[in-house]
Amino acid sequence: MGADVDLVFKALAAPERRLLLDRLRADSGQTLTQLCERMEMTRQAVTKHLKVLEAATLVVTRWRGREKLHYLNPVPIHEISERWIGKYERGRLGALADLKTKLEGEGNG
Amino acid sequence: MAESEFVYVTYIRTTAEKLWQALTEPEFTRKFWVDTVQECEWKLGASWTLRVPDGRAADTGEVVEIDRPRKLVLTWQNHLFPECEAEGFSRMTYLLEAQGEVVKLTLTHSMEKKNSVTISKVSNGWPHLLASLKSLMETGESLPGTDKWPEGI
Repeated sequence: MGADVDLVFKALAAPERRLLLDRLRADSGQTLTQLCERMEMTRQAVTKHLKVLEAATLVVTRWRGREKLHYLNPVPIHEISERWIGKYERGRLGALADLKTKLEGEGNG
Repeated sequence: MAESEFVYVTYIRTTAEKLWQALTEPEFTRKFWVDTVQECEWKLGASWTLRVPDGRAADTGEVVEIDRPRKLVLTWQNHLFPECEAEGFSRMTYLLEAQGEVVKLTLTHSMEKKNSVTISKVSNGWPHLLASLKSLMETGESLPGTDKWPEGI
């Protein structure tokens, strides 16, 4: 139920869905129409991917008036990272990630 | 968008009443919410304070909607960071929905301002605290690091 780990990994296993999460990370709370802008996907494809992301609770929605807004929900990813990353490793992994970012620039890694 | 907002959701294997207690009572918040306690009478219009271990009032506000154990809405002003304090009140909502053996907790925090510093700062901390809350409710243990106030803040 809810943040089922299998659903989260399945949802993350498609570049289109990761792209949608990137778009929501940049600006959380978007309508379907906003999410379809500058996308090389049909509206139907975006809708389908959003359903998979919602099933994994990586995307949550709420209505504002007549607009359905989509938000990035990072909590399931955080739960997964907590499962395998202990408190002592966090600082060092953060330092490694910073180093990688510096050396590679702000790419998509 | 004329406002900054985040919406976080987690599913926790517990009851709404137990989750409500965990979100409001010091014996629980000290364990998962970095050793903070809330001072509030938990009724409509009551003042609300989030107090950190050294005695400072980190955030203050007021209860604007309360329906135990389903919904709590607080106004919320941060006082630890001058740029947050200057933004004034944000609005924080807990929604607790029982679904079979789990409770869906939806946390919404918003401010009527684009690119709010307050929302940006609180949005960073919550995923870790919510994961810790879930762990505390389901296993009796909160996550490492969430039972102490972070140094230097």
